[in-house]
Amino acid sequence: MDTIPTAKSRAILFDMVRCTGCRGCINACLKTHDFKGEAKDTTELSATAYTAMRTEGEFNVRQMCRHCVTPSCASVCPVGALHKTDLGPVVYDESKCIGCRYCMVACPFNVPRYEWNSPVPAVRKCDMCIDRLKEGKPTACAEACRFGATVCGTREELVAEARKRIAEDPDMYYDHIYGEKELGGTNVMFITPQPIESLGYKAKLGETPLPNLTWNVLEKLPGVVVVGGAALSAFWWITNRRDEVSAAHAAAKHDATNGGTHKASGENDHDRA
Amino acid sequence: MTALERPRMSFWKAVFLAIVAVGLVLCYVRFTKGLGAVTNLSDKFPWGLWVGFDLLCGVGLAAGGFVITATVYIFHIERLRPVVRATILTAFLGYILVVSALMFDIGRPWAMWHPLVMWNPHSVMFEVSWCVTLYTTVLFLEFSGMIFEKLKWPRAMKVQHAITLPCVVAGVLLSTLHQSSLGTVYLIVPGKLHALWYTQTLPILFWISSVAAGLAMLIFESRLSSKAFGRQLEMPILSEAGRVLAAVLGVYGALRVYDLGTRGMFGQALDFSYESRMFLLEFVGGLLVPFVMLLFPKVRANAKWLYGAAVLTILGFVTNRLNVSITGFEGAQGGTYLPSVSETLITVFFVALGFGAFALGVRHLNIYPENEEKHGAGTKTAKPEVGSAIEATAAAPVVREMATAVRIPTA
Ligand code: SF4
Ligand code: SF4
Ligand code: SF4
Repeated sequence: MDTIPTAKSRAILFDMVRCTGCRGCINACLKTHDFKGEAKDTTELSATAYTAMRTEGEFNVRQMCRHCVTPSCASVCPVGALHKTDLGPVVYDESKCIGCRYCMVACPFNVPRYEWNSPVPAVRKCDMCIDRLKEGKPTACAEACRFGATVCGTREELVAEARKRIAEDPDMYYDHIYGEKELGGTNVMFITPQPIESLGYKAKLGETPLPNLTWNVLEKLPGVVVVGGAALSAFWWITNRRDEVSAAHAAAKHDATNGGTHKASGENDHDRA
Repeated sequence: MTALERPRMSFWKAVFLAIVAVGLVLCYVRFTKGLGAVTNLSDKFPWGLWVGFDLLCGVGLAAGGFVITATVYIFHIERLRPVVRATILTAFLGYILVVSALMFDIGRPWAMWHPLVMWNPHSVMFEVSWCVTLYTTVLFLEFSGMIFEKLKWPRAMKVQHAITLPCVVAGVLLSTLHQSSLGTVYLIVPGKLHALWYTQTLPILFWISSVAAGLAMLIFESRLSSKAFGRQLEMPILSEAGRVLAAVLGVYGALRVYDLGTRGMFGQALDFSYESRMFLLEFVGGLLVPFVMLLFPKVRANAKWLYGAAVLTILGFVTNRLNVSITGFEGAQGGTYLPSVSETLITVFFVALGFGAFALGVRHLNIYPENEEKHGAGTKTAKPEVGSAIEATAAAPVVREMATAVRIPTA
């Protein structure tokens, strides 16, 4: 079930080297969604903050949904409430959601948040401003960034842009585009001054999409059902037959000794229980 | 667990009613104020006690339903036939409770039917919800026989009899699928679940341990109902179940050790870190000790010791499921989760409902063979009811093979 990152899908590149920590992106996201919080206090994702920024030493670590190419959250959702669009964003349909929260457990980046204090709760996460993308506009956070630290474009363009930035200033950048290959690729990519693990991001994720781990097992199940069903029926038939034979045997012996007309009962399940 | 005794029934009834009353109040709070008002669940720990205990343990402990029906109907191990009804009743009640508890846990219980029409075949949870729905139906069909018998509806009983075998086969398949799939649920979190519990063999481990839990529950329940109602199973049957349980625990333990070994996890298992201690609690207290106990024919022949081994097995099983669903996540998620008082009380509420429903079943349906209404344990006469010719041929070898596979002396 590998999905290949589509070159033309929309993506976001976050360049930590250029980021000044002005929190314009955070502010823009809060405003677009009518969330009450203050940008400067938004250091953790929440049901009312789809992006957040922490400082890690001298660096600004931005958090948001990565819009994985093969998203764990969408693969585990029993009702398909989350799905990857061709346009790029991974979006959520509240009307389908049953609230099992498996998406939250499964997301390798701990992104989805829940409305714990609502009687009609929903999962909340960044939707990559899909409505704006559809109109051909960049995401609100990218539009707000005055330093080219958060940029929006096609995935292909942004990978090229990231390569260019790293190549032009190799001293400033760590030579890796985080999200180009991780877990099969993501549509939100980071370039950083240091290896990513030193900045508090999850590292060592490998390049295989996590949903494959589940699918390896799930795809075997139809086989288990067919073989298992056949085996169980066969077992039943054999043991049942053995019982019949031995019962007949016993009855025959009985007949022989008593000379009676006792009939082999061919006892089976249905007579007992 | 203190044993229930007749003179104290009214006391337990009062406890029961108190729990139910508290449960109903919390139910109101849960559905008007949201999950946050009654639980300690958070964005870091979106799953807690209700998934770890109510769902994972509930389903596992009800596994006796498929284990025993398979043993009796498919493998024709007739000696266990008197147990069939008790396990079907437990399983049926267990699943009803699991589904009810899930209505509390999921955020939008009114949408619970969605997986039946909105399909995502890539989701384990989708598969589990289908299996649980179908299996609960199967259990209902199996259970309905007891009701028809009570109502004296011979026609309905006949129909129910006719579909027993297909039901059993479907039940075994569905159970195998979802018992193992509850392990598959965790395969997608290699980066979050501690390596002592995260393994590709989780589906198989979950399946085998559910078989063990089902058998242990059988012994456990028989003892409880003997204390409470003077009805229980014959000691030879329970000893037999204990012997099979030892075999299953042996296989499970061996696979667990082999799996840890091949992944080079022995060091971490024994370094006495928080995870290591929780692992040892589960592995030594809840697996090794009952396994060794059950190897002794004397233990298996003694009602109290057998019961002790069963309780340890159940506790070990519960610890394992809580470790997988909670302990194993605490390191990666950076924090700890402890259920809130209300959250725990709601779980207690469901357990109490389970006990209550089981008690009703034992009292009003013909669950345990009638000739065994006696008080106290260990005083029963051993008298296998069913055809011993069959036992001599078909039945014994399977169990015997399982038992000798791990060198258990035959009692
Ligand atoms: S980062 Fe998490 S929530 Fe976002 S698409 Fe990937 S798996 Fe889904
Ligand atoms: S909480 Fe909702 S969106 Fe998340 S996996 Fe469950 S049903 Fe899907
Ligand atoms: S893409 Fe839109 S929703 Fe996502 S962080 Fe940026 S502004 Fe917020």
